[in-house]
Amino acid sequence: MHVVIIGNGITGVTAAREIRKRQPRWRITMISAESERHWSRPALMYVYMGHMRLQDTQPYPDHFWAKNRIDLVRAHVSAIDVSSRTLTFAGGGAMTYDKLLVATGSQPNRFGWPGQDLARVQGMYSLQDLELLEQNSVGLSHAVIVGGGLIGIEMAEMLHSRGVHVTFLVREERYWSNILPSEESRIIERVIAAEGIDLRLGTELTEIHGDERGEACAVTTSSGDRIACQLVGLTAGVRPNLSAVAGSAIETGRGVLVDDTLATSAPHVWAAGDCAEIRRPEGARNLMQQVWYTGRLQAEVAAANICGDEAPYDPGIWFNSAKFFDLEWQTYGMVPSRPGEGQRSLYWEAPDRRTCVRLVANGDGTLHSMHAFGIRYRHRVCEGWIRDRLPISEVLERLPEANFDPEFYKRHERQIAAAMRSQL
Amino acid sequence: MSALVQIGKPKPALSVGGEPGLRGAEKGAAAATALGLAIFLVAFAMPGKLSGWVPLLAMIVLFAGGASSYFWFAYRGTTPGIKNHGLMTDGTTARGVLGWVLGVVFTGFYVILYWHPGPLEGGIRLLDPLAMALSKNPANQWFLYGFLYTLAVLVMGLRMMLRYRHNRYQLLRTVSVMFFQLGFAFLLPNILKALNEPEFYFTYFWPLKPEVLLPWSIEGGWYTSERFGMWFIYIAAGMTFLSTPILTWLYGKRWYCSWVCGCGGLAETLGDPWRHLSDNSETAWRVERWMIHGVLLTITLLTGFLWINAHSGNAILGADGSLLFSRTYGFFIGAMFSGVIGVGFYPLMGSRVWCRFGCPMAAYLGLLQRFFSRFRITTNGGQCISCGNCSTYCEMGIDVRAYAQRGDNIVRASCVGCGVCAAVCPRGVLKLENGPVGDRFPGANKPVRAFLEALGLKPRS
Repeated sequence: MHVVIIGNGITGVTAAREIRKRQPRWRITMISAESERHWSRPALMYVYMGHMRLQDTQPYPDHFWAKNRIDLVRAHVSAIDVSSRTLTFAGGGAMTYDKLLVATGSQPNRFGWPGQDLARVQGMYSLQDLELLEQNSVGLSHAVIVGGGLIGIEMAEMLHSRGVHVTFLVREERYWSNILPSEESRIIERVIAAEGIDLRLGTELTEIHGDERGEACAVTTSSGDRIACQLVGLTAGVRPNLSAVAGSAIETGRGVLVDDTLATSAPHVWAAGDCAEIRRPEGARNLMQQVWYTGRLQAEVAAANICGDEAPYDPGIWFNSAKFFDLEWQTYGMVPSRPGEGQRSLYWEAPDRRTCVRLVANGDGTLHSMHAFGIRYRHRVCEGWIRDRLPISEVLERLPEANFDPEFYKRHERQIAAAMRSQL
Repeated sequence: MSALVQIGKPKPALSVGGEPGLRGAEKGAAAATALGLAIFLVAFAMPGKLSGWVPLLAMIVLFAGGASSYFWFAYRGTTPGIKNHGLMTDGTTARGVLGWVLGVVFTGFYVILYWHPGPLEGGIRLLDPLAMALSKNPANQWFLYGFLYTLAVLVMGLRMMLRYRHNRYQLLRTVSVMFFQLGFAFLLPNILKALNEPEFYFTYFWPLKPEVLLPWSIEGGWYTSERFGMWFIYIAAGMTFLSTPILTWLYGKRWYCSWVCGCGGLAETLGDPWRHLSDNSETAWRVERWMIHGVLLTITLLTGFLWINAHSGNAILGADGSLLFSRTYGFFIGAMFSGVIGVGFYPLMGSRVWCRFGCPMAAYLGLLQRFFSRFRITTNGGQCISCGNCSTYCEMGIDVRAYAQRGDNIVRASCVGCGVCAAVCPRGVLKLENGPVGDRFPGANKPVRAFLEALGLKPRS
């Protein structure tokens, strides 16, 4: 039995390890066009900032792959023939499979901006992007970043760490407004401003101007400003990378369409991670999850199904985390940017105006979701409260149990509870 | 991919300013530091020419004050948080030319200090006023060493505090090592000397400082003090056999290694810019286990032999057990390993080479911590993104990520509990904690059994 996995990100690697655990004898091949070995994508920024070398971001030592008999192939899959179960590689070569997992991840969005194909215009997603950014950093003093999400602020932090002045264009009136409630957006905006970054909210990119060498040299914004720069970072979200499945019999929508066992429309082909779009029963929106943790979780389910152990994907209780410059964020459950029908949102902010906690209550007064900036909370404890629908009053009482900050840190739970009780 | 390995040129690691190059205040502070260093070098070059308090104070104020101000001004321009910018690309901190030069300078200093102190005469004489004031004796090479050591812990301790000013665990821990170095490893022993007492170091005990429990120390030698003699013996034995197991049970080996110990104190302050150079491969771990436990076994057996020898009319080792000891263990472990390699190799192999591969105290504490302690590092559910910051910045070369990405607790003999893994984690995954012993790993509730299993004396359950 030969299982082939396209993609060596967290989804591909997790699937390979899980399949190996279940099937000691199967042949496993992992194909990547991007890199020889797996490395942690969220750690890319630390390589640029000089915190780590690329090899430090590789979670498994070089001998791991041979020891676990996971064959690594560096190639770009250009076509998949599901009837003969054959992959064709760009630049020649082919490989047959018995079972196939598509874990090709995503790629940066580009919205047809004039000048987006000029030199010194780039996204920040892949190893190749990192190498390009390194080249583009020579003589770089001013950069414009477009897009108000997580990659945008990471790119701003990267460039800022090397003393590059950054202008940050965000289309929305507040930072990351589709995810964060407004108080939290304001916190991040203050964090960005405190670093000396020129954040322009409610401002869109209209055009990128090139010089005689075809390199970006300025942008024009929707407010009519012209900003001179030597680099334009396009970080307006990502979309599934469908280049491998394009033209094949595998059905796609926005992503590779799969059922709840992560099987695609084609026999013996599964898809998981950023590239997968999970069909939901009539009426519900298809599920697309594009974060590290869901890539890992979907890979475990895909591996089980590939090995014949019927296992439907249960997204479980959502969680995520990020770091905005020096400010950490952890979320448990999906905190809505605006409270939904019947929900109540309780908020506490510390006098430093950056540490904050938000609890969202269901209509019956039980915990729906929570998140915190600048305070660490225990995943398993918070998840348990949400799953067990713990009443908010009890959550407030037990909040200290969930605190995960280092020893000697100032504890805020009493103030948080007092502030939130008065909002109940 | 190889291009990425030497990627870029972020700002130099020891300066942290917002703009490239030094600003006015930083320049002034750097100039003062250089001037202080120049006074010191002149003293070395011309023994006896600079005497009295004036040049000594000028040197201390300019050098220590200048370096401290430099760090102050440099960090003032940054927001509080993890700022490891450029550590992997700057030659000083990434085994570049300057790193090697510093390695040679540190190593060379130790070789001169231990075996050819002649060239140090001028520097020693410069310190006479301070030595006289503290110990009523002129300075010698060990006073010079203690002085420089303490200065390094204080100045680089301030740097550490500025770097981690957002982190109270790091602040308290750094204040603690600065306090114990200044008070217990420098001032107190010298004051004891002024009182005609032995230079007793309350923060070093057997097996790190085996002399305190060897026969000639206890039955003659330096415990001849009328006032404190028996107390020194009680304290030495009590620290090793009572306080150490109790404190390690409660808090892990960190109570000593990263809060009290002088070697640890230097590693956590002077050594901080190089903590990421520790090898975190499995091979290094294998070597580490054999070496460190080998040293512990050696000093334990040696101590036993020396006592038997002393009580059997010198039948085994002859009359001169102490000379034999100093020529073997004292030379190879005490001087070569803990000094020359331990500190000299900071810029090449990281800040904890001695603590990790050689220190018998760390081995003893480690065995207690691994099996008989409430300490562990907890991981936070599924939040790990396998980025590698924890493993990279672990000065003990522990592959923290390997545990964190599985959601396992980290219960390792070598962990000194410095807390830097938890500090550099961008997703809030790691927490140093004390809690019920049995929660830490499967089988931890039967520590003796787990210990015997690890030694291979019992089959694994």
